[in-house]
Amino acid sequence: MYRYDDRDRTIIGERVAQFRSQTERYLAGDLSEEQFLPLRLQNGLYIQRLAPMLRIAVPYGLLNSEQLRRLARISRDYDKGYAHFTTRQNLQFNWPRLEDVPDILAELAEVEMHAVQTSGNCIRNTTSDPYAGVARDEIADPRPYCELIRQWSTFHPEFAFLPRKFKIAVNGAEADRAAIRVHDIGVQLVERDGEIGFQVYVGGGQGRTPVIAEKIREFLPEEDLLSYLEAIVRVYNQLGRRDNKYKARIKILVKALGPEEFGRRVEREWEQIRGGADRLTPEALQWARSFFDAPDYADLDGAAADSALQSQAEGDKAFARWLERNTFPHRVPGYRAVRLSTKPTGVPPGDVTDTQLEAIADLADRFSFGEARVTHDQNVVLADVREDELLELWQAARKQGFATPNIGTLTDMICCPGGDFCSLANAKSIPVAEAIQRRFDDMDYLYDLGDLNLNISGCMNACGHHHVGHIGILGVDKKGEEFYQVQLGGSSSENASLGKVLGPSFSRAEVPGVIGIILDTYVEQRRPDELFLDTYQRIGLQPFKERVYAKAS
Amino acid sequence: MPKPAKTGPQPQNPAQLIRDGRVVRNEWRLLPADDENAAITAEALAPGKVILPLPVWRRLREDLAERGDEIGVWLDSDETADQLGDDAGQLPLVAVHFPAFADGRGFTTGRLLRERYGYTGELRAVGGFIRDQLTYLRRCGFDAFAYEGEEDPAALLSSLRDFSDSYQAAVDESQPIFRRRALGG
Repeated sequence: MYRYDDRDRTIIGERVAQFRSQTERYLAGDLSEEQFLPLRLQNGLYIQRLAPMLRIAVPYGLLNSEQLRRLARISRDYDKGYAHFTTRQNLQFNWPRLEDVPDILAELAEVEMHAVQTSGNCIRNTTSDPYAGVARDEIADPRPYCELIRQWSTFHPEFAFLPRKFKIAVNGAEADRAAIRVHDIGVQLVERDGEIGFQVYVGGGQGRTPVIAEKIREFLPEEDLLSYLEAIVRVYNQLGRRDNKYKARIKILVKALGPEEFGRRVEREWEQIRGGADRLTPEALQWARSFFDAPDYADLDGAAADSALQSQAEGDKAFARWLERNTFPHRVPGYRAVRLSTKPTGVPPGDVTDTQLEAIADLADRFSFGEARVTHDQNVVLADVREDELLELWQAARKQGFATPNIGTLTDMICCPGGDFCSLANAKSIPVAEAIQRRFDDMDYLYDLGDLNLNISGCMNACGHHHVGHIGILGVDKKGEEFYQVQLGGSSSENASLGKVLGPSFSRAEVPGVIGIILDTYVEQRRPDELFLDTYQRIGLQPFKERVYAKAS
Repeated sequence: MPKPAKTGPQPQNPAQLIRDGRVVRNEWRLLPADDENAAITAEALAPGKVILPLPVWRRLREDLAERGDEIGVWLDSDETADQLGDDAGQLPLVAVHFPAFADGRGFTTGRLLRERYGYTGELRAVGGFIRDQLTYLRRCGFDAFAYEGEEDPAALLSSLRDFSDSYQAAVDESQPIFRRRALGG
């Protein structure tokens, strides 16, 4: 993983000092609430319904065990002993005291972490594939590019006050596991005639106006990545709307100009700066890649490891299920990537305690070269586990509550904090997630349903990604009462699509029953080997609608 | 009656400002972009150094040619650097207006004036920017800051150097950090 040098340490240290001074000025009354707001936001500090919330940047989701232990300690010393993994691969503390935040940032800086630009109208943490560097379908490791983007965007003097927040995702594999088409900029690594380059998508996003990003460049040479990003953000900074925050995202500008015209403007700007200082030289690329060299893998007999695993699985159904759902093929023979589930029934998705954070650190040290990755669906990946140690890992993970074998199934939901915590929410989301988990707790049924993403947002800001859930649930307010709208058919993968609203909304108590009818409809209608999304795409919304509302009337 | 040229806030013109890292007396007047000035003539413009709204300067530039060193221009946040373009080179001073600190268009304007149009005169930030933006403004090429806040400008000087190093190339630094690192710097 990337390690700081003296320059990074200086810059991040100066940021801590700057924020300490800002906080002191605010607490002394020298800075107004209004003046302090953008300063604290650019340091990830929100004032929420019940307490401040501090969002820590986890660059493209990558953490080492020392950082995990420090996060655990911070959650214990400054918070209530737990933290929350977010859908942008970051981590949040929900109860820090404002006056403690400079000290927390200083503690983070000691382990090469910060909260820079995790909020505010600036370029946020770049996200990527949690299987970066290990996936079999990978064209090239996206992390060196993510790190170059991280450094380019950190304290970018021109782009710290954009019209609105700005999110970039980079995907390096054939399957899109980084949801690039619902980002302001989505970067897809491609190879052409032996050269690495990028497809560039612009103007995707969720929120009130969900949009699937448009491709504006088919092949961008590798060396031009940063100058091209600079051209896009510069066009946006000059032309993006600033009169209405709900129309300020780049997606609105791209729609207004049309993707062709937007792309032309970007190309015009880029022609002026390509080949300039931001051009990535071979030395720069080599330097960035050097931080992501493969770890010291053992030379294993893959076939032997697979068959040994097979016989272990035959003797233990629970282990077999976990293997099937919670492990992922690895490009190196004899290894697999493992997903630790943070979503046992009854725990808000993404929440982990201080001792669990330490347990992840221990597991990472013991089984996966001391590193872990946060996923955008709020789980944790140990990317480099030997197959002959999976049984041992599974047993250890079980003790910590990380081995729920539900990855990719209905109960592996993305869910925002909702009305229990968030001042923007129209409705609670966590109790809905829990009610669904409780109703659908039969693992055989879940496995039979197969891959199924159910995403829940407590308001139209869509932090729970309901637009791109195969089933999406949106909390709405109807005359002061909480109701839930159901959408079907969304996807954030390489064939990204937005869900369609099923019909009138439901009370909270009705939601699990409605989900049940939708699933029944799928099971009755599906053809062999069809996943939920396939069936939906074949038969459309109507059969689901008829069943659900027939029962209601 | 012509429509008002601008409806947004107008830059103030404080008596003191920060220039080249020091607090100095402001020697320039600033003509607001209002109805009255929209139709002003060169004769009606009092002698002395004055910063004109871009449309006024465009209209009067021929008539004011002899007053070259006394005439500066200010760009509002919806006026882009290319609207002044290479003409900037004839001016001793260009000001860029930040109607509110959250309106970051002026950062791009400043940078393009310096990097694309080769402007070397005084580049002045005017309007509602805040202390904590001074480093960013400096990095985008601004060397003068007409601060409208209540704090004494002298108290702000240290914020010009909140950061002693940077990741990106910008006006103050020709090489991004990855190139400086490759050179072992």
